[in-house]
Amino acid sequence: MSDKKAKYQKVAYYPGCALEGTGHAYNRSTKAVGKELGLDLHEIKNWNCCGAMEVKNIDPKLQTYLSARNMQLAQDQGFDTVMAPCNGCYHNLKKAEYDLEHDDASKEVNGRLSAKAGHGSYEPGGVETIHALDWIKHTVGEDGIRDRVKNSLSGLKIANYYGCMYTRPRHIFPEKDQGPDTESTSEPHFMDDILEAAGAENVDFPLKTACCGGAHTLSDSDMSTKLVLNILQAAEASGADVIATECPTCHSGLEMHQVRAEKTLGVKTSVKIMYFTQLLGVAMGMKPKKVGVHENVSDSVPMLKEKGVL
Amino acid sequence: MPIHEKSLIRPENLHSHEELEIEGVDVSGHWSTFIESRVITDYNEQMEEEIAALPGGENIHRCWQCGSCTNSCTVHAVNPDFNPRYWIYLIRTGMEDELLRDKDIIWRCVSCNKCTYACPRDVVPEAVMKATAHWLELKGHTEPSPSMQFDEEFSSQVFETGKIEESRVIRGFFARTGQPLMQEWLIEMGKRIARKLPIKMGIAMGLGFLFRPRTSNWGGAKAAINEYVKEQKAAQRKALGLNSGAGD
Repeated sequence: MSDKKAKYQKVAYYPGCALEGTGHAYNRSTKAVGKELGLDLHEIKNWNCCGAMEVKNIDPKLQTYLSARNMQLAQDQGFDTVMAPCNGCYHNLKKAEYDLEHDDASKEVNGRLSAKAGHGSYEPGGVETIHALDWIKHTVGEDGIRDRVKNSLSGLKIANYYGCMYTRPRHIFPEKDQGPDTESTSEPHFMDDILEAAGAENVDFPLKTACCGGAHTLSDSDMSTKLVLNILQAAEASGADVIATECPTCHSGLEMHQVRAEKTLGVKTSVKIMYFTQLLGVAMGMKPKKVGVHENVSDSVPMLKEKGVL
Repeated sequence: MPIHEKSLIRPENLHSHEELEIEGVDVSGHWSTFIESRVITDYNEQMEEEIAALPGGENIHRCWQCGSCTNSCTVHAVNPDFNPRYWIYLIRTGMEDELLRDKDIIWRCVSCNKCTYACPRDVVPEAVMKATAHWLELKGHTEPSPSMQFDEEFSSQVFETGKIEESRVIRGFFARTGQPLMQEWLIEMGKRIARKLPIKMGIAMGLGFLFRPRTSNWGGAKAAINEYVKEQKAAQRKALGLNSGAGD
């Protein structure tokens, strides 16, 4: 564990496209929390889109190339670790890593495209890709968080929602399911651990890794609304005040379809939605604005005040 | 959730005679019922090979019909007609007519990867669904689905500049599919955001319309990707026995 603690102090930061748009609050809170914790984030210079959930449907090998280019850049810029807070980016980089090691055809296409594009061809093992949850869990850890809490989240009931891309499919995450200190693909707990250390009460939430329909949020909106409503209602039934998120697509999907369910189905839900980095920042005494709480569609400030967090 | 199995015996394939006597025996009504059997020409024996030739379809032959995919499927839980195990069975046995009954829902896979997580044979059912949706479109059985239009809009922006700008993707997608941008729930979203957003952010978002985010030195990658896409499209059309599609 301690080697990770040292290794992750300084990482290449890959925000991805969503964090420059609808997920801006996640970008802002991740950077602010990192700074507060004394961690060193360096945005990868000249990064490109990882392909998200779309390019793979045109051709999965193109997605491998797009993700590999970012890992190559990070390596060229002197880093051994890439930290991606977005589940989509994180998943795609992990998948590219796996495919380049195990699939000769993917390797061949990546080599060919990299050569034509005029940059080095990424070799698996060049960098390690981690999620923002790994980053905080392994550097600061629960004890470090407990030491820094100024506004305990005590009294706040949280449903931790991880979505699809953080744990599936299992084979692209070889470091998971390796024992109690590692992340679990069936019952993920890193976000639970972090927020519990910040004083929160995690509710028993059965839909931690359910799908929000993010891939079809606009192309099959009725399906997405149904799936999101399942998640919101399950969180409320579990007694949660707020759903903690760790992915910009999940987060904006929950927010958008909470509004859409209200407008198109007449079903109103009152559970709030916040990035885990926002909850952590507020717990460490940072101003809500500093972690972008005002940028959320879901207005959680009155609830935080009522619970005595603010 | 239990998997509801479909019967491949259709009512229109069941025949009986109201009045029939054979060799002095009265077999009227259900006594004379017989099932019209399929003959070899009713099967499309190329279908599995063609879908396997499309990106994502490569491992379809590995399926042993355990049903883990359908059992874990997010969309199946909402719509029981969405049944990856069944479609893989139809493709592998060449039952094109049966597959076409579901042609308008296959694209609805949300790529949650639960099936790929559960599959004991590395079929990657999620990718097989995408390959099947592609096959249906390439063969002209369906119009390009909203999902495919979104993928095309999104990908074309990535290939062009290396990055996407979300509002541009949304506008592009709505234009492609002929939907109005001013939908009640989107207006409500905008209102709720505008209420709290500082002016600075609003201006930055407005400028997004003018300045496209782009990756510098992207030209080489763009040319390489476009060449690859063209080459792959031609190879796919060839594998499906279609003309070169030069007019596309």
